[in-house]
Amino acid sequence: MIDLIDYPTLRVIWWLLVGILLIGFAIMDGHDMGVGTLLPFVGKSDVERRVAINTIAPHWDGNQVWFITAGGAIFAAWPFVYATAFSGFYWAMMIVLWALFFRPVGFDYRSKIEHPLWRSVWDWLIFVGSFVPPLIFGVAFGNLLEGVPFHFDQNLVSTYDGSFWGLLNPFALLCGLVSSAMITLHGGVYLMHRTEGDIQRRTRQWVNLLGVLVVVLFSVAGLWVAYGLDGYSISSAINHAGFSDPLTKTVVRTPSGWLQNYSKCHWIIAFPLLGYAGMLGATWLARQGKTFLAFVCSASGLAGIIATAGVSMFPFIMPSSSDPRSSLTVWDATSSHLTLFIMLIVALIFVPIILLYTRWAYAVMRGKVTAAYIRENSHSTY
Amino acid sequence: MISEQLVNLSRMQFAATALYHFLFVPLTLGMVWILVIMESIYVMTGKQIYQDMTRFWGKLFGINFALGVTTGITMEFQFGTNWAYYSHYVGDIFGAPLAIEGLMAFFLESTFIGLFFFGWQRLSRQQHLLVTILMAIGSNLSALWILIANGWMQNPVGAEFNYATMRMEMTDFWTILFNPVAQAKFVHTVSAGYVTASIFVLALSSWYILKGRNVQFAKNSFRIAAAFGLASALSVIVLGDESGYTVGEAQETKLAAIEAMWHTEPAPASFNLIAMPNEREMKNDWSVQIPWVMGLIGTRSVSKQIPGIIEIKEKNRARILSGMQAVSALEAIRAQPMSAQLPELKATFDAHKADLGFGLLLKKYTDDVSQATPAQIQQAVDSTIPHVTPLFWSFRIMVGLAFLMLALFALSFWHTLKPGFESRRLWLFRWAFWMLPAPWLAAELGWFVAEYGRQPWTIYGVLPTHMSVSTLSVQSVYGSITGFVGFYTVLLIAEVYLMVKFARQGPGSLGTGRYALDVHHASHATTTSH
Repeated sequence: MIDLIDYPTLRVIWWLLVGILLIGFAIMDGHDMGVGTLLPFVGKSDVERRVAINTIAPHWDGNQVWFITAGGAIFAAWPFVYATAFSGFYWAMMIVLWALFFRPVGFDYRSKIEHPLWRSVWDWLIFVGSFVPPLIFGVAFGNLLEGVPFHFDQNLVSTYDGSFWGLLNPFALLCGLVSSAMITLHGGVYLMHRTEGDIQRRTRQWVNLLGVLVVVLFSVAGLWVAYGLDGYSISSAINHAGFSDPLTKTVVRTPSGWLQNYSKCHWIIAFPLLGYAGMLGATWLARQGKTFLAFVCSASGLAGIIATAGVSMFPFIMPSSSDPRSSLTVWDATSSHLTLFIMLIVALIFVPIILLYTRWAYAVMRGKVTAAYIRENSHSTY
Repeated sequence: MISEQLVNLSRMQFAATALYHFLFVPLTLGMVWILVIMESIYVMTGKQIYQDMTRFWGKLFGINFALGVTTGITMEFQFGTNWAYYSHYVGDIFGAPLAIEGLMAFFLESTFIGLFFFGWQRLSRQQHLLVTILMAIGSNLSALWILIANGWMQNPVGAEFNYATMRMEMTDFWTILFNPVAQAKFVHTVSAGYVTASIFVLALSSWYILKGRNVQFAKNSFRIAAAFGLASALSVIVLGDESGYTVGEAQETKLAAIEAMWHTEPAPASFNLIAMPNEREMKNDWSVQIPWVMGLIGTRSVSKQIPGIIEIKEKNRARILSGMQAVSALEAIRAQPMSAQLPELKATFDAHKADLGFGLLLKKYTDDVSQATPAQIQQAVDSTIPHVTPLFWSFRIMVGLAFLMLALFALSFWHTLKPGFESRRLWLFRWAFWMLPAPWLAAELGWFVAEYGRQPWTIYGVLPTHMSVSTLSVQSVYGSITGFVGFYTVLLIAEVYLMVKFARQGPGSLGTGRYALDVHHASHATTTSH
C-alpha cells in the first residue's frame, strides 16, 4: 500500500506539510500572540484590556495546538531536525518554553482577582509570552539561513558546536524583528476586526507603523540574503529515495547561494511578492476599516514571508556551518517511507476536520467584543 | 563517554517536569466526564442547579487546566531539547503518536474548551452539551496517544533497527497501536484520572456539607462523584492488575523488582504482601507472603513460572555478551560502509541484532564495547535490574491507596442511597475530605513505578537511558532545571491560591445570586468603577 506514493515524493510532500503547519501556526497562534504583544499598549484601562484578551479568549488554546502539532509533526517526519535543532538551540528553546508558560496561566488567572497589581503583572507576563516566542522563532530561522554550527559523529549523535550568544548575531536578530513585526501586525488586524472605539483606533496606529516596518525589514533581510550571505548546495550525487543518513553526501557553500533556486525556477519569486502584497494590502485595508479582508491579507503575507525562507533553502532544512556535510536536507533527514506514508494519511484525514470545527468555533463567537459585554459577564469572561 | 552527571541531571529534569505535569492531567481527564454527567442531567431535566454545578466545577477545572496546558508544552519539546539521541533513535516510531495526539486529540480538546467556557450564551443547550462531550473525548484521546507512545517505550513492538540510518524504524503501525501494554496502560491511567476527579468533587462537596453551606448543591455533586468514583476505582484496580499482567509478559525485570522476587519459585509463586528487601545480599530480610497469589496475578495460570531477579540477570549476561558482537559489527560497518568484509559483518550483526541494546548497556562503562572487561560486563549485568526497595514500596503504597479510595467510594455510594444522608455519619464526610491528596499521591507513585521500573532503559531492551541524552553541558542542564523548578513553583503557588480561594467561595463565585457567599454585587460595583 505504501507504494502508492514513492519515497522522494513523500519527502517533498512532508516538506510542504511542515511548511503548511508552520504557516498555520503563524496565522492562528500568531494573531493571538500579536494581540498579547499589543495588549499593554492599546488597552489603557482594565476593561479595555479585558476586551482585548476576550477577543482571543475562546480560541487561544486551540490556536496554540498549531505550535504543539508543528513540534509533533517535525518529530514524526523529521526526527533528525527535531533532535538536532531543539538540542542545539537549547537556551533559545528554554526561553520560548518559559515565555509560553505565562500565556495559558495569564489568560485564565488574570481576571480572577480584582487587585490592580495582580492584573498588571499578568498583563505584562502575557506580553512576554506573546512577544518573545515569535521573536525567537525569527532568530532561529535567521540562523537556519546562515547555517548552524553542528556536526554528527559516526553513530549520528549530533553535537552543537556554537554558543547561545552566537545565535544572536545581527542577521538573525533582523529576522527576529521581521517575525515579530509581521506577527504583531497580524494580531493588530485581528484585534481591529473584533473591537471598536478607542482600542480599535489605537490599534490602527500600531498597524500602520508595523506595516511600514515589516516591509522595510523584510526588504533589508532579503538584500542581506542575496548579497551578504552564503548559501549551501549539495555537491555529490543525490539518492532521493535513499536511507536517511546525512553523512552520505557532500555540501559546498557558495556566496549568494540562496538565490540559486530563483534562477532555476523563476515562478517562486511569487512567494516574496505575496509577502509584500499581503502586508501592504493588510495595512491599507485596515485603514479603510475592511478588517476581515485585511486579516486575509496579513495571513497571506505571513504565508508568503515564511514560504520565501523555505523555498530559498530547499532542499536544505538545517545547513551546518561547521561541518557542511552534516547538513540536514529534505532527502536525508526524514522518517522512513512507512512512517511518512502513515502520517500523511493521518494528516489528510484530520487537518480538514480541524479546519472545519475551528471555523465553527470562530463563527459561534463572531462579532465585536465590547466593554458592555465584559461588564455584564464579569465572572465568566477572562 | 557521556558524563554520568549529565545523564542524571537530564533524568531529574524529565522526572520533575513529567511528575509536575501529571499533577494536573488526571484531574482534567476525569473532570471532563463529571462535567458531561452534570450537564447531561441539566439538559435532560432542565434543572438550573445542574447548570450551576457544571459551571462551578468547570471553573475549578479551568484553573487546573491552565497549568496542565502550560506544563504540557514542555513535554512536547523536551524529548528534542534534552533527549536528542533518543529522539533520533526512535523518532520514526515515537514521533508518530505524538503528532497524531496533536492532530486528533489536542485540537479537539482545546478548540472546544474555549466554547465550553465562553459559549453558554451563544449555543443551545444541546449544542453546548455536545461541545462538552467533544472536549471530554479530546482530552481522553490525548491520553490514548501518549500512552501508545509510552507503551512502546515499555514494550517496543512493530519496529526494527536499521544500521543505515542508525535508528529504529517502524515496520507495523497496527502492532504499535494495539500494543497490549499500551492498551492496558491507557485504561488504567484514564481510570486513575476519573478517580482523581471523583475524589476532588467528593472531598470539596463533603467540606460544604460539613460547613452547612450550599448543601443541596453539595449533595448533588457528592452523589455524582460517589457513583462515578466507585465505577472508576473498580476499573482502575482491575485494569491495574491487567497492566501488571502485561508488564509481567513484557518486562520481567520490572515485575521481579516490584515484587522483590529474588529467585524463580516453583509455580504458582507466592506474593510478598510486605517485605524488607535487602539489595546487597539479594534476598528479603523478612516477608509476609500469600501463597499462590503472585503466580495467579503475574501469569494467569497455576503452572507458569515467574523468573526471579537472579535468574533474569544470568539471562541478561548472555544477551550482553551477544550484544557486544552486535555493537562491534555495527561500528565496523558504520566506519567503513564500503569495506570488502561488509557481507561478513552484516551476517554477524544480523545474528546478534536482537541483543544490540544489551551491548549498548556497556557504553556506560567503556567506549570500546568489544574490549569490555569482565568487571565492566558484571556492572552492566547488575545494572539491568532497577533498585528493588523504592519500587517495592511505591507500588504497595499506590495499591493500598487505591483500595482505601475504593472503600471510600463504596461507603459513600451506599450512604447516598439513604434520604437525608447529608445530616448523618459526618465522619464519612471528614474522611472524604482528608482523602483529597490520595489520588495524586497514587498517580505519581504509579508513574514512578512505570518509569523508574523501566531502568536502565528508555526503550526497554533497545536503548539504554545513558545513551539517550543530548550532548549538552552539565551547566546548561543545571540552569534549565533551576528555571523549570523556579517557574513551576511560582505558577503552582498562584494555582493553589486561586483554587483554594474559589473552592472556599463555592458556587457563590458564579455571581448568580442563588448561592451563599455570592460575589456578584460587590465586584460588579468595582468593575464599573474602572
